[in-house]
Amino acid sequence: MTTTTMAPPTIATEDLACTFQVRQGMFKPKRPLKAVNGVSITVNKGEVLGLVGESGCGKSTLAKMLLGIQKPTGGRILIDGEPLDGLDRKAVARRIQPIFQDPYSSLNPRKSISSIISLPLRVHGVGGPADWERKVKEMMDLCGLPQRAYDGYPNQLSGGQRQRVAIARALVMRPEVVICDEPTSALDVSVQSQILNLLLDLQKELGLTYVLISHNLAVVQHIATRVAVMYLGRIIEQTDSETLFAAPRHPYTRALLDSVLTPEPGLGVPDAQLGATFPNPIDPPPGCTFHPRCPHAMPVCRQLAPRPLTVGGSMVECHLHDPEQATAA
Amino acid sequence: MTEPAGFSLEVENLTVSIPLAAGTLRAVRGISFQVNQGETLCIVGESGCGKSLTSLALMGLLPAKAVRGADRLTLNGVDLTALSERQMSDVRGESMAMIFQEPMTSLNPAYTIGNQLEEALRRHRRVSRTEARERAIYLLEKVGITAAASRLQQYPHQLSGGLRQRVMIAMALMCGPDLLICDEPTTALDVTIQAQILHLLRDLQREFNMAIILITHDLGVVARMADRVAVMYAGEIVETGTAAEVFAAPSHPYTRGLLQCIPIPGRTRRGEHLGSIPGVVPSLVGEIAGCAFANRCPHAAAACRSEPPARDLGPGRMVRCVLEPGALPQMEPA
Repeated sequence: MTTTTMAPPTIATEDLACTFQVRQGMFKPKRPLKAVNGVSITVNKGEVLGLVGESGCGKSTLAKMLLGIQKPTGGRILIDGEPLDGLDRKAVARRIQPIFQDPYSSLNPRKSISSIISLPLRVHGVGGPADWERKVKEMMDLCGLPQRAYDGYPNQLSGGQRQRVAIARALVMRPEVVICDEPTSALDVSVQSQILNLLLDLQKELGLTYVLISHNLAVVQHIATRVAVMYLGRIIEQTDSETLFAAPRHPYTRALLDSVLTPEPGLGVPDAQLGATFPNPIDPPPGCTFHPRCPHAMPVCRQLAPRPLTVGGSMVECHLHDPEQATAA
Repeated sequence: MTEPAGFSLEVENLTVSIPLAAGTLRAVRGISFQVNQGETLCIVGESGCGKSLTSLALMGLLPAKAVRGADRLTLNGVDLTALSERQMSDVRGESMAMIFQEPMTSLNPAYTIGNQLEEALRRHRRVSRTEARERAIYLLEKVGITAAASRLQQYPHQLSGGLRQRVMIAMALMCGPDLLICDEPTTALDVTIQAQILHLLRDLQREFNMAIILITHDLGVVARMADRVAVMYAGEIVETGTAAEVFAAPSHPYTRGLLQCIPIPGRTRRGEHLGSIPGVVPSLVGEIAGCAFANRCPHAAAACRSEPPARDLGPGRMVRCVLEPGALPQMEPA
């Protein structure tokens, strides 16, 4: 995907942060939990940014901030160059829409399919009932839903069809960006592939930009054009998909890729050698937060947080790739 | 396949039916398999195919209204269908144990890890508290938990998901069972933790010479863990074989469909359409005439309206399909 260098990226975040105050016991004082801690990402029009990382790394908090439903405590988000906090909720919702993981809990069981899909149109006051019906039917067609489902209810649909309804609802306002938070994790393998195919088709047809959050790296590799790897609230590596999967640079990225079980019998279970468990985000380790699990940890990693190193379109935060540390070591 | 040395589980024509207002739901429709000592059988299938009910039927833990039937269900030669509820509960935990998908809901939040581990042993053996405690510490260390002695005082909520699953495994091993049934043991975990837990299961299997039945929907897990594979669809086993056989030459159209649905780096190209299986699983209420997969099968023919034959393709290799093996076009190699 090429864009002119002049056009601002569809989404850009600058040093974005979100800190929660967490109480750990009834009489203990609140302590800060840095869920997202200085994240700078850019997503250009038509790109698919894959966001990967273990549970608790801050992926979903980042997604919520991009949707405008979680206020950042630091930094800012730019949509087409405009700061997000200058826009009202509706203006954000017109441009950015979510698709969630579980199509069983994300659809109101008491509303008909037509009323679920048309809700954004009604909220934004776009056109009248006749337009709504036309647009909803158009969207249902595009998402592969049978017209007879129009007056039906979510309980009459299978999991895959429900996810199609969620996708139709997200797209009916024709947003520029769709945040897909684990869109296929709750679905069966055979249904997952149908939804992934649909997402790919819709992207081409409507020129959409996706932010895809997934723990399934095979899915990310299949769909994403760029990938950002998150660890304890920070992006530790960000580059285009081919480079990342062919030559991961951060030891954590490598460990993640090594843990993927491809369906190749005889290879056995890989040993990712990430001995220690995920650290408590309230007490992150000093220096590089990954050092207790890193097989290549150096003395400097325990003291000094690595700085982001950007070469071309690729970014990595690791002392191993820092020329200054390499000469010192 | 070696002669079953000491242990084996033999299942013939196992059925699980659940009477409903609309008719009888035939969730498991006559499946047969065997598991030998030290071997891993993976049962793979999508939701609703009956794989979890199969494991509950083996353990005698089916919901009250579900009805189990079997021509043969023996563990080490003991007929499990003839046992009373009390005898069955002696077998459970002692000879066969089970771990579940969600470790948080299968541990009791009101008791310490130590209580729950020790109970698992003291329920079956006449051992002292100290002995039980020692066994618990030994196994917690075996499953890779550091500072095991101090963990005994902790409650489940104080542990992470990966640690809880390790505790579950340790608990299942307290009596040294011959058979460990794992129902989606790593589905709720991160990929990095998944690899660690699967590694652990492999190591423990070797060390204790256990048989493992691993139930999963993840073909990656199947490929890496299974000695033998049974593919289930709509309550039936549609294909069996060694992992190498099934992945290299899937012979049932459903198995092929599943393998074509998943993105495989190197085989599928980015942005390209993945294969899919159109349609939905048929309702399992009442009888199914002919092949249950026929309505979704790209090779369906008139012959599929009658019961498909279980074709014997060699020792332990079976496919339930009207198509001659070799009639299917070659799949691209991985």
